[in-house]
Amino acid sequence: MSTNKVIHALYNDDDVLMDAVKTVKKADHHIEEVFTPFPVHGLDKLLGLERSRLGICAFLYGLTGLSFAVWMTNYMMIEDWPQDIGGKPNFSWILNMPAFVPIMFELTVFFAAHLMVITFYMRSRIWPFKEAENPDPRTTDDIFLMEIPVHDNEEELTALLNTTNAVEIKVIEKH
Amino acid sequence: MYQFSSKLKISAIALMVIGFIGIVIGFVSAPSTEAEVAEILAHQASHGAHGAHAETSHDTKAHVEADTHKEEKHGHDAPAKEAHHTADKHQASHGHDKKAAHKEEVHHQETHGDHHLAHVLHQLQNRPWAAFFVALFFFTFITVVVFAFLNIQRVAQAGWSIVLFRVMEGISGFLPYVSVIFIIFLILTAMGANHLFVWMTEGVTDPTSPNFDAIIANKSGWLNTPRWLIFSIIYLVGWNVFRFLNRKHSLAQDNATDLFHYKKNYHFGVGFLAFFIFTSSMSVWDWIMGLDPHWFSTLFGWYVLATFLAAAITLIAMVTVYLKSKGYLEIVNDSHLHDLAKFMFGFSIFWTYLWFAQFMLIWYADMPEETVYYIQRFEDYKLLFLGMIPLNFILPVLLLVNSKFKRIPQIVLATGTIILVGHYIDVFVLIMPATVGDQWGFGFTEIGSVLFFLGMFIYAVFTTLSKAPLITKGNPFLHESEHFEYH
Repeated sequence: MSTNKVIHALYNDDDVLMDAVKTVKKADHHIEEVFTPFPVHGLDKLLGLERSRLGICAFLYGLTGLSFAVWMTNYMMIEDWPQDIGGKPNFSWILNMPAFVPIMFELTVFFAAHLMVITFYMRSRIWPFKEAENPDPRTTDDIFLMEIPVHDNEEELTALLNTTNAVEIKVIEKH
Repeated sequence: MYQFSSKLKISAIALMVIGFIGIVIGFVSAPSTEAEVAEILAHQASHGAHGAHAETSHDTKAHVEADTHKEEKHGHDAPAKEAHHTADKHQASHGHDKKAAHKEEVHHQETHGDHHLAHVLHQLQNRPWAAFFVALFFFTFITVVVFAFLNIQRVAQAGWSIVLFRVMEGISGFLPYVSVIFIIFLILTAMGANHLFVWMTEGVTDPTSPNFDAIIANKSGWLNTPRWLIFSIIYLVGWNVFRFLNRKHSLAQDNATDLFHYKKNYHFGVGFLAFFIFTSSMSVWDWIMGLDPHWFSTLFGWYVLATFLAAAITLIAMVTVYLKSKGYLEIVNDSHLHDLAKFMFGFSIFWTYLWFAQFMLIWYADMPEETVYYIQRFEDYKLLFLGMIPLNFILPVLLLVNSKFKRIPQIVLATGTIILVGHYIDVFVLIMPATVGDQWGFGFTEIGSVLFFLGMFIYAVFTTLSKAPLITKGNPFLHESEHFEYH
């Protein structure tokens, strides 16, 4: 049985692609993946993708960075070696707090930005020397590609996709 | 067309009347002689000695101690005069010199008792004027910054905000009313009706006078009454002229078949913004920084502008939410609200940035002639001064950081209220320390001034809104704005 078969439908316009996604969704077929050369506005909503939680991660990473900066300044400047440097008060952390704000701000941004980017790489599975997962090189330039898994309904799917102004429809055996 | 509901109109008038009564009470109960001041101080002292009015922000022990000294000093028994029943509440926080140094100063003060009384008399006489000025300045500047934001949107050819133009024009409609009061206030001040501006005191620039002040004398090229009054009137009249032209062409564009009026408004917008970037800073030097003529700060003008940018966007958002809740702005969707909330969020952070940049540079270098400004605020206004940080920064950031929250009218209203209160306190702490010092309070005259201008604001803004359709026609970006959607 052809359990590993997928259909690749290729389009040359993002509006046509959006219409095709609507048609396929309406016919209750699962869309495995869509490849586009650039972000298509509203495609994630049509596909019903969940909202990214990267923002929440960034907020938590920012709090981590802020805590780290507070701990670091308190340990170094107040607890470990409280020297009188230019008359700045070092009896407690809060008394000298304004001087620590720039580093608190920067570390908050640093942690939020970098850890968020690393999270993005990990979740998207991107790293150097990773083998490109490109089904068709043209999708990096001007072609949009929709991939639909086939479950014994090849004829029906092909017929449906033929109505969506696809420039090419291919049935591919995935290994 | 918007219909100004009679209920709202009556509330606005009621607010004005109540506010006016509060202002009058403030002026009537201000002392006029040094003898009265001595009585007030003795009255405070009696309350302090009984420990009945241990007030909020101050160290009770220091407070009682300070007041006991005053009793010794003036040798009065406490005449529980009814006329001063408001004063004790305001001035219970009158812990003058708080720490141990106080004991040594008592003798010094005894010899200079008259001088001290004259000082307190001026502060108490200033109080109703200063309270009025805080509210007047707050509402004037918030209105003119709303107008500046409208012009920024025009000049930047923003595509999202066209459906909100009439709301912004409506709020700017308050400018002529408040400007008239402002100009009367300025003329009265220039004629010597109050002691708000120390540099206006007679003899400050005269070396033979006991009032001579060399620092102010050196600044008299800028700090002189005729220049001050003329410039102040130029700022206000200039802003009003631009507002008048903008409104005229905006209404004319509604029925036009070409873009003539739209282009006119674009050019007036550019002109106004160029005029405003100078006058906003200069007016703040004249009206606010001039209250502390010994002190100066370079980014002061932008700092005050940042305060009002945050407050002005908040005001636009709140009026929009109100009108939409009444069913008048159906075309405004939650994406428009989202954008306004983003501006509230962004400008709140911008305010904090400038507030901290000004504070931190002065704190770090700690040069006496600059630091006194903050020392005074820390000693007498600690709760308000530090309370601004959660109100203007932490709460708005936490409440509006979430994308979904920015679309919920109730959250925008709640955050907006916090922001407006926070920035009113900011203006209060800008003006009060220089004018009434530690004699500040929050009583009839302060609340009355806010209510008076709030009532007038509601009356003027909603009258202006009811005079024109709530959606401008003929703007080339109108269609884009109607279909604005932000993901």
